[in-house]
Amino acid sequence: MATPGHRSGTGSQPNRLDRGGLIDRSRTIRFTFDGKTYTGHPGDTLASALLANGVVLTGRSFKYHRPRGILSAGSEEPNALVELRDGARREPNTKATMAELFDGLSATSQNRWPSLEFDVMSINSLLSPVFVAGFYYKTFMWPSALWEKLYEPMIRRAAGLGRASDDADPDTYDKATAFADVLVIGAGSAGLMAALSAARTGARVILVDENAALGGRAIDDAAEIDGKPAADWVRSVETELSQAKNVRILRRTTAFGAYDGGTYGAVERVSDHLPKAAEGAPRQRLWRLVAKQTVLASGATERPIVFGGNDRPGVMLAGAVRTYLNRFGVAPGQRAVVFTNNDYGATTVTALKRAGVDVVALVDSRPELSEQVKRIAGEAGTKLISGGVVTGAVGKKRVTGVTIQTRTDDEIKLECDLVAVSGGWNPNIQLTTHQGSRPVWNDTLHCFLPGVLPHGMSLAGAVAGDLALHKALAGGATAGASAATSTGRQATPTAVPKAAEESEAITPLWRVKNPNGKAFVDQQNDVTASDVELAEREGFRAVEHLKRYTTLGMATDQGRTANVNALAIMAEITGRSIPETGITVARPPYTPVALGALAGHHREKNFKPTRLPPSYRWAKEQGAVFVETGLWLRPAYFPRPGEKDWLETVKREVTTVRSAVGICDVSTLGKVDLQGADAAAFLDKIYMNGLKTLGIGKARYGGMLREDGIFLDDGTVARFGENHYFITTTTANAVKAVQHMEYCHQWLFPEMDVQIVSATEQWAQYAVAGPKSRELLQKVVDPEFDITDAGFNYLQVGEITVCGGIKARLYRLSFSGERAYEIGVPARYGDALIRRLMEAGQEFGACAYGTEALGVMRIEKGHISGPELNGTTTPRDVGLGGMVSSKKDFIGHVLGKRPGLTDPDRPTLVGFRPVDRQARLRSGAHFIARDAVPSASTDEGYMTSVAFSPSNGHWVGLGFLKRGPDRIGEIVRAYDPVRGGDTLVEVVSPVFVDPEGVRVRG
Amino acid sequence: MRIACPYCGERSLDEFLYSGDATVKRPDFASPTATEEFVSYVYERTNPPGMHRELWYHAAGCHAWLVVTRGVATHQITSVEAAREVALKEKSATKDTK
Repeated sequence: MATPGHRSGTGSQPNRLDRGGLIDRSRTIRFTFDGKTYTGHPGDTLASALLANGVVLTGRSFKYHRPRGILSAGSEEPNALVELRDGARREPNTKATMAELFDGLSATSQNRWPSLEFDVMSINSLLSPVFVAGFYYKTFMWPSALWEKLYEPMIRRAAGLGRASDDADPDTYDKATAFADVLVIGAGSAGLMAALSAARTGARVILVDENAALGGRAIDDAAEIDGKPAADWVRSVETELSQAKNVRILRRTTAFGAYDGGTYGAVERVSDHLPKAAEGAPRQRLWRLVAKQTVLASGATERPIVFGGNDRPGVMLAGAVRTYLNRFGVAPGQRAVVFTNNDYGATTVTALKRAGVDVVALVDSRPELSEQVKRIAGEAGTKLISGGVVTGAVGKKRVTGVTIQTRTDDEIKLECDLVAVSGGWNPNIQLTTHQGSRPVWNDTLHCFLPGVLPHGMSLAGAVAGDLALHKALAGGATAGASAATSTGRQATPTAVPKAAEESEAITPLWRVKNPNGKAFVDQQNDVTASDVELAEREGFRAVEHLKRYTTLGMATDQGRTANVNALAIMAEITGRSIPETGITVARPPYTPVALGALAGHHREKNFKPTRLPPSYRWAKEQGAVFVETGLWLRPAYFPRPGEKDWLETVKREVTTVRSAVGICDVSTLGKVDLQGADAAAFLDKIYMNGLKTLGIGKARYGGMLREDGIFLDDGTVARFGENHYFITTTTANAVKAVQHMEYCHQWLFPEMDVQIVSATEQWAQYAVAGPKSRELLQKVVDPEFDITDAGFNYLQVGEITVCGGIKARLYRLSFSGERAYEIGVPARYGDALIRRLMEAGQEFGACAYGTEALGVMRIEKGHISGPELNGTTTPRDVGLGGMVSSKKDFIGHVLGKRPGLTDPDRPTLVGFRPVDRQARLRSGAHFIARDAVPSASTDEGYMTSVAFSPSNGHWVGLGFLKRGPDRIGEIVRAYDPVRGGDTLVEVVSPVFVDPEGVRVRG
Repeated sequence: MRIACPYCGERSLDEFLYSGDATVKRPDFASPTATEEFVSYVYERTNPPGMHRELWYHAAGCHAWLVVTRGVATHQITSVEAAREVALKEKSATKDTK
């Protein structure tokens, strides 16, 4: 990298240095901030471009609306948050330090009105006594009724961050999974060395970094590696890694979470740096990275020193100052004061001086300084104030000077427009704590270092405590090689490039004792040092209490520049050590992740898969109206021209079935093929009723219970051979029932010789129901099969052929209560069969019917379904108590006999019809006695299913009523306060059509 | 979390369903204290810290029920066995002692 030169000082980008940085000066791009147009270069961030243009005021603070500028150059930024882009793509709380500049970028400052320069709410600053720690809890307590209506909306308007767009997110998001032998998180000098030495073993390596460019602090500091500018070394490593087939580099990718089993969550900002995502490209991609070994080289975040007015625009972390100078070729000020407690202060002086910035003073809180620091200050012509502190930054919308307290307690005032501050470094240990590990305080570096590492993780560079470049390079090489070796690769040592030795010397200083002005610990949440003192006085000394009482460490930056200082100040006040006071641990995510990225493609219609029944295409051609039942899209009804509403259509479909014949796709029912020598014995275990006597060629109802005696599911069991059964389940429980059967077989009854296979999608199955159903089927079933009542009676099943030799299965089952059959063919014939059936049915006046008519007819017949099998009901509750075997062991046998489940007072299934036959019934209504006052104690049950019954000409309902079967003829209230319903209903038998059951037999 | 299914290899957590304690045994329905035993079997769990033997179901895979030995605090998995094999072994062990 070229040595940075002096700033041009005039025209556009007045603070852009003449030379230096990794920006592309050959191209100039335009962007707007608060409506005003500026220019920058590719390679800039919004923050660096604003600084180049002399814009230092970027936002107003959360509570006090104080003017704020750019504090950092990375993802730890607490202040410079903007709304990026417009319209539906407007994204609030975007860190200007992370937003890459693109042509046409538009950004708006947040939390100010009417403008950033003049903000009415800055009056809050004068009200600051009101906004102290815990103000939420103290100020707005009374009267409590005002909280929702007045206080909260007021606070939300006054204190807050940006505005999200109200429009739907127009972008797409992707999800991907990748596997690695060695995952390297962070592509600074340590991470690059780790990736390089791992890659050279042939290991599969993934290298991720949250920034667009690799290189990290070595580039920010314009360091020399192997006698060349760090940028040259980074480029050569990047070239080698890019060309290696076993390496994947993910730029702009933040590893935000560390999970069990070497799994890491990462979000790649694929298109955020572009004006518009490329055709077909997602905006962001959520990665699940699975690694055998992980080298965490996440670096460190510089921490500030807390002093008066330390939030003034122009006060900046010293490392960020070097980043703007060296990486972006921008001078963030013209006259600088450097305030530090460590040897990186001198590095900052050198960098500023080299860029031609006047360094007024180096204020170092340490009384004794090394010869090297003194020499650097001397060469730069900088006033060296050792043992002194900056007590305050003066100025309003920009720093104009500082007040300094010297070692001898004299006060000095100096003019400056930039304060570069460094309180040391906090290693970025967040990912090491995501699985509960506690960090450990280090008394030499005065920072938290990772404790016990997650399985498979190792450290390199600053996060390991190796802040100095030469140590980071060596540590990276070792970590990469040993990670690769652990995955079974052979490593030969990679030569460690040379770098000058750096001093990591530091004497802690967390805050200045007598600040001149408000001293901020957490700038994003406007928490001051005196708030921490107040929290201590009021008893909120534990670090978790401190956080919640003051809101310290919350919001988008998660207190990365605040937490450790706050903890140290609390330790200081209480006279305890920092580890005694507490530790800071993090939960995922490391930086905010857009919900869109977490959702990926799973939104709207793609939220879950859609399953289409075999007759879907045909039904669509008929103009069917579909309904989602679970994942399935089933025809609800088939409207015909001239029908004025769904009810008319459904009435016609029901009437057609009851008087002629109708056809319904029932393929969505769960189907299970069960075979084996112990198949019959196994069924006896999983069904409540006896199935041992079920003969070959016969079908029977089967009720399946949970072990606690509650209904799990029901369906039919058909026997096709000595050891061959075919079971149906309800549509809704198809998956659960198979899971249950497999559990019973594999875990409870492993000695049984059975095989269970789900065949739901293998068979297309149609119900053919109505008095003319047999005549219709005779036109489809091959003539050699006798399906007359003599040859094929109720509950008989058989393997047949249809349409000239196509294998099929026929079941004489009825859900509608009419003479009915179900006919199954291999799913690939499903479409052909529905067309053939409809064609054959024409002469009988057949119609197709959907789930609505299906539901109406089963309610008319008092057949139970999902609303009755709702996870709280027993066989007795639904009127099937007599079916339960008392002889055999089956799932649910023992607990089903518990007194609570056999109490005669339990609500039991009965039918209901409105006393006023015109009245409509609603499911969900609760039953109470006619004269009772509605309350939980007078509740006697509830309505589960209702339908308008075309066969009866009025609404009918099924429901559970206490001692229901004993109360036939009684009149009760169906009380439905939610929808304003209160209807008198008569308790009747649940069978509203053909109570003798004559029709099913023909 | 990742689980090494003995049939499918190591797979991500989201292919599996958790289904509770693998140490409880379904009691004999004919026992004179069957109700108490079944109540304990269905409802009573001690939730001990440390390693736990538990049932998982490879729902989005081979449909095998698995006995996974896992540290409930660390999520460290020390063994994954096919539940049917475990159950058969336990049954034959019970028979041997009778």
